[in-house]
Amino acid sequence: MTVRIQTEDFDLGHELTSMRLAEHAKNKSTKKESIGALVSFIGQVRDMNDGNAINTLTLEHYPEMTQKALAAIESEASARWDIIDSLIIHRVGTLNPLDQIVLVAVSSAHRGEAFSACEFIMDYLKTSAPFWKKEATNQGERWIEAKQSDDVAKARWQNKVKN
Amino acid sequence: MNIKVLYFARIKEAVNYSTENVELPKDVLTVIALKNWLSLRGEVWANLFNGKQVVRAAINHVLVDDMAAIQAGDEVAFFPPVTGG
Repeated sequence: MTVRIQTEDFDLGHELTSMRLAEHAKNKSTKKESIGALVSFIGQVRDMNDGNAINTLTLEHYPEMTQKALAAIESEASARWDIIDSLIIHRVGTLNPLDQIVLVAVSSAHRGEAFSACEFIMDYLKTSAPFWKKEATNQGERWIEAKQSDDVAKARWQNKVKN
Repeated sequence: MNIKVLYFARIKEAVNYSTENVELPKDVLTVIALKNWLSLRGEVWANLFNGKQVVRAAINHVLVDDMAAIQAGDEVAFFPPVTGG
């Protein structure tokens, strides 16, 4: 399980290949069940939001808390599903439209667990990890409001123990 | 007791502080008591903590509710609902 908070961009292909090959090497020695599924999600900066063109998006966070909050979400996911590994990369600082913001990747023996765990991690990240977004548009700067739909998305996991 | 208080995002901009050390009166022992005590600083602070907008709190990097107890040396943070991802 890995969490990285960084200003620089990331390369999806490189990250996923590293995850696959690292587990392959480990599995040869321990003879654990190997990865049969690798699911990833990328969130990117919108070019339009609420009818305004976005010039830049700035992400602020609470560094001492962010790492801890994301690691707790990964732990919760691995307690709920049989996942082999997980990776969260979240960027901070000022980004441009269509820049990548976040990557969540989860590997497991079979696809069901990886799909569920990846969605779970994103839903919890949206509501529990201390990041805040501010958009700059031609009309000025504005903080993005938290969405109730994100709370609803998180709440549906609270009634489910395992799929 | 002495604690450290941090502010983030729109709250940081509103109060014009990112971090401060404060000496609390003896009867300020919970998050809600701290909010009420900070509200006495003036209109900006009162508007922030009057309940009309959601203000989340964390103690020592863990999300807590208004009734959470504060201890000497704690790091208390106030911030709006999160919007990452």
